[in-house]
This record gives sequence, structure tokens and C-alpha cells, in this order.
Amino acid sequence: MKKIDYKEIEGKSLAYYGLLGGLGLIILIALLAVYRMEHEGHYITGMTNQIVWGMPHVFAVFLIVAASGALNVASIASVFKKAAYEPLARLSGLLAIALLAGGLVILLLDLGRPDRLIVAMTYYNFKSIFAWNIFLYTGFFAIVGVYVWFMMDHNMYKFKKKAGLAAFIWRLILTTGTGSIFGFLVARSAYDAALMAPMFIIMSFAFGLAIFILVLMASYKWTGRELGDDILVRLRGLLGVFVAAVLYFVAVYHLTNLYITEHHGVEKFILLEGGQFTQVFWIGQIILGGLLPLALIYAPGVRDSRQVLGLICGLIIIGGLSSMYTIIIGGQAYPLVMFPGYEVSSTFFDGVVSNYTPSSYEVALGLGGVAIAMVIVAFLIKVLPFLPASLADKQ
Amino acid sequence: MSDAVNHSRRSFLEKTAAVGAITIAPGIMLHQVASAKPDDQPVTDAVRWGMLINTNKCEDGCTDCVDACNAEHGLVGNNRPETDTQYIRKVTLREKQTGHELSLPLMCQHCETAPCVDVCPTGASFKRKDGIALVDKHICIGCRYCMMACPFKARSFVHEQVRNQTLSAPRGKGTVESCTMCVHRVDKAQVPACVEACTQGEHHAFIFGDLNDPNSEISQELAKHGGKQIRADLKLNTGVRYQGI
Repeated sequence: MKKIDYKEIEGKSLAYYGLLGGLGLIILIALLAVYRMEHEGHYITGMTNQIVWGMPHVFAVFLIVAASGALNVASIASVFKKAAYEPLARLSGLLAIALLAGGLVILLLDLGRPDRLIVAMTYYNFKSIFAWNIFLYTGFFAIVGVYVWFMMDHNMYKFKKKAGLAAFIWRLILTTGTGSIFGFLVARSAYDAALMAPMFIIMSFAFGLAIFILVLMASYKWTGRELGDDILVRLRGLLGVFVAAVLYFVAVYHLTNLYITEHHGVEKFILLEGGQFTQVFWIGQIILGGLLPLALIYAPGVRDSRQVLGLICGLIIIGGLSSMYTIIIGGQAYPLVMFPGYEVSSTFFDGVVSNYTPSSYEVALGLGGVAIAMVIVAFLIKVLPFLPASLADKQ
Repeated sequence: MSDAVNHSRRSFLEKTAAVGAITIAPGIMLHQVASAKPDDQPVTDAVRWGMLINTNKCEDGCTDCVDACNAEHGLVGNNRPETDTQYIRKVTLREKQTGHELSLPLMCQHCETAPCVDVCPTGASFKRKDGIALVDKHICIGCRYCMMACPFKARSFVHEQVRNQTLSAPRGKGTVESCTMCVHRVDKAQVPACVEACTQGEHHAFIFGDLNDPNSEISQELAKHGGKQIRADLKLNTGVRYQGI
């Protein structure tokens, strides 16, 4: 096989520093938002005792899910032995680490007591899926870090496949853990489904690949390096399969619930009567994030259009955030069913659909996490050879 | 010599306390609450504290239990109902088919297999051996996963700076809290504040006591007339039971 020539990006242009500066500004705004949230308390956010997890969790879970999906390209190269993906494997590993870091920073800074990080790292309740996730996340950093190292160090290159396999298995377990955060919640009608874990895995494939393609196209365009159509057509085809699979899982999830009388209430809420949640589900998750990208991927005439591919990826990201919003916030907004057959009311909002309006603090924190992930990528592709000097089509 | 004096003094105090308790809270016998737990003794599973609430005796509109709880724990609202803490609340139920209405107090149900304890990453949510579910405010990181997991919406997150704290019920911004079954009173052989207030108000909707002791009033009443668990389908074996639902 031809040797691939990897090269750091130059990163001396005004545009590069402009990008870093812009991302830095977003991070700064996020930190100010966090300071206010922690100083005043969470009452200044849209989160309440009813909607206990809000926009920060939408962004964080999206990024964490996308992180494991971003590793797919590397896995296809080293585990499934598709040589065409080999040149992209380093960037795939880097993006996976960066997205996970961004997501975790959001989760940490949204805690009521982020200063107690050391407590979270030293006190464990091993029955908690959250505690398992702490190990899954740190393990992911370590394993993918080693994998990237083996890819870059020619002395260690011979172990690359083994590390790739370990990373692939670990990422499947990690997303199972993320999905199970919701799947294991017996109390709420919208959760409590084993399907959550595989659904999150398939979602990770789509979201992670969409972000990967955008980052790939942007880095090659902005550095003036060549990026051939062959690889993009391959990635685009893969994206189509993943988006269709996500729609399939979402359909199975809702059809199962629709069959079970106990869950008719929550289904009616999400699918028909949930106001903003119904809109986000149909418009954001299904149409913009599913059907439209699928139609564009397979539409004749736009196969080679990079603008359309960029649009498709953007739509999938919007769809991903929408699905997280529907699952996380919609799932909490529907009231707990404690007394079947009764209408319930109280001063604590029992029996009523909870309101939620995202606050600017929460959105700022979420965007800050995204910016952190992007800064990590932008910085590391400058200092280490992650990107092939050319990805031009083979003649 | 001094032993004899102490013995007689203790006996006198016990009798006075018993008479006092019966006078203050008729219907609640001191022996049901067992004896005070000395601070240097660990909690044991010899007892399991529980409550039985008769909804037929719970008046719609009465908030004696809620007021007593708020006073006991220094809970003051900030006029922000969506984020203000509530340990106990009155819930009104209306049967859809018949229109029958009833009212009941709802708080932490002190489950034997508590979902909040299962999901807590640090172990801050824990259950004492005597069945009381609590939050260790020192190791709670404020992730709120317990609030996601609780089937009874029994927990509140401290959304802002706390004021009016009491010595017996410390609270902290950024941590999660809920009904403690007045553990600080139970350990001193007193009944929880809500139970005391309901009894003093002559409603007698609450019976507090040891579910492990077949001779306790709560066990006797449960044996005679039964009691239901909210969300019994989850098989959590709650420490709070209801009659009339």
C-alpha cells in the first residue's frame, strides 16, 4: 500500500487565529454563563424541579453520543479493513476525543457542585450507571489516545489493529452506557426501554459521521488541501444508511410504545399534543434531521455537490440535537404517572405538563462545549500530523 | 448509690416523657417510636421506620403537615414555585370515572430498594439501615440523576442560596434534598414533624412507627385494614403506605 503522507496544518493565517479567537470568545461567554449559574444558583436557568436536565444535557449527550460515532471512520479502516478509510483514521480518533471532552465539560460545569469533581472521581456507587460512565469516559480517552498514538508511531504501528479493535468495542459499550442512562429509568414513561441503548448507538453513527464530514471538508477547504470526490461519495453513502437506520429505530421505539396501552399517554404527548416537543419531534428530528437529509443523499443531480453534502450534515446535526431535546426534555415534561385513573393536581406541578424555556445561560454553556471540541481539533491538527497532505482521488 | 439515684431519676423522666407525649400527641404511644438512639450507636435494621396515611382523615385544603415540615426544616420559598423546595406536598386526586375526590400528603416514600440510591454516582443518596432514605450533602455533586429516577417526584434541587437554615436540617445550594423522615427527631425518639402536626390538629391521618415490630400500631393497623403503596408495580417496598386510595 502506498505510504500516506500526513502533515500538520500551517496554522499561521489570520483566518486560523480568527477561528481560534472566535471559538475562544464562545468559550469565554460559556464560562461567564457558568459563573453566573453557579454564583446565583440554577434558578436563573430554564431548569426547575420538574425539568431537572435542560439544554446543557441536550448538548452534552449529543456530543458524547457523536464522539463515539466519530470514531467510526477509524474503526472501518482498522477493524473492518477498508483501506480507503485509512487516511482518515487519525482525524477520526482525534475528533472522537475532542467531542467527548466538549460534552463532559458541559456536564461537569452544569453540576450543582462542579467544585466537587474530586468527589465524583473518588466516591463510587457501582450500581449507578452514571458511575460506570465515569469509567467508560476516562477509558475512552485512554484507549482512543493509545490508538491514535499507535497510528502515529511507526514503532507501535504493528499494534494499531489491536488498539483499533479495543477502541471499537469500548465505544459500543460507552454508547450503551449513555443510552442506558435513560433506558434504566423505570419511573418515567418516556424512558425505561432497553431499546434506548442500541438506538443511541445507531444515532451515534449518524451524528458522529455528519460532524466528521463537516470537519473534514472545512479543514481541507480552509487549508487549500486537495480532497477528492471518491472519499466523500463513500462517506455520503454511509451516512444515508445510518440516517435510515436511525429512522428505523425511532419508528420501532414509538410503535412499541403505541402498542402498549400504558404508554399511550406519553406517545400522544410526543406525537400529537406536546406543543413545542411535538414540533421539535416532527419538524426537527423527523423531517429536517431524517427525511430531508435522506432525500438529499439519494437525490439525483446533487451527488457531487459539496454544498449539499454540507447541508445534509448540518441537517443531521439539527436532527440530532432535536432528538436529544425530545428524549431528554420532552421525556421529563410529561408528568409522572403515579395514580392511574386519577386527575392529579398539587402545588408541585403534579399531573401537569411542565413548561420549559431554555435560558441563554444553558445555550451558552452548550455552545461552549462545542467550541471546546473544535478548539481541540483546530489546535492539535496544527501541532501533530493528523491530516494527510492530500486526499485527492487516485488516478 | 449514685446508680440507684440515676435509675430512679431515669425512670421518673421516662414516665414524665410518656405522659407528656400522650398528652401532646394522643394516639401516638411512645413505645411505638422505640427508644432514642444514642449518638455513638450505629443505626440497625432491627427497626424499619414507616408511615401509614389514612386519606379518609386527610382534609382537602389542610396543610398542617406541610407547614410543620417547612418550619422544621427552615424551608422558605422565594416565590418561585417551579424551583422552590418542597419536601412534602398535598396532592388532590380526582377519579376520572366517578369524580370522587381525595387529598393526600406526598413525600419521599423511603423505598427499600430506592431508585435514587441505585442511580447516585457518588453514593450521596443512601438509605439508613432503619429504612430512612437520605442525601449526604457533603458528597452530593448536584447531578440530579436521583431526581430523574424518583418515581414520586419527591426530591428538590436547591436552586439558590439558602437562608433561614436550622441547625438540625442543614441544606446547601447546588445539592439535592428531600424528606428525611425527620431523622433528627426520630433518633431522639420523637415523631416526624408532619405526623406531630397532623395529630395535634386532631386529624390523625398519620401513624408513624416500626414496620418490623408486629406489635407496633402501624403494623397492627396495616394487618387489620391493609395499606397500599404508590406505584406498587415497581416493587420498591415503600416505607410510606396509604389507606383510602
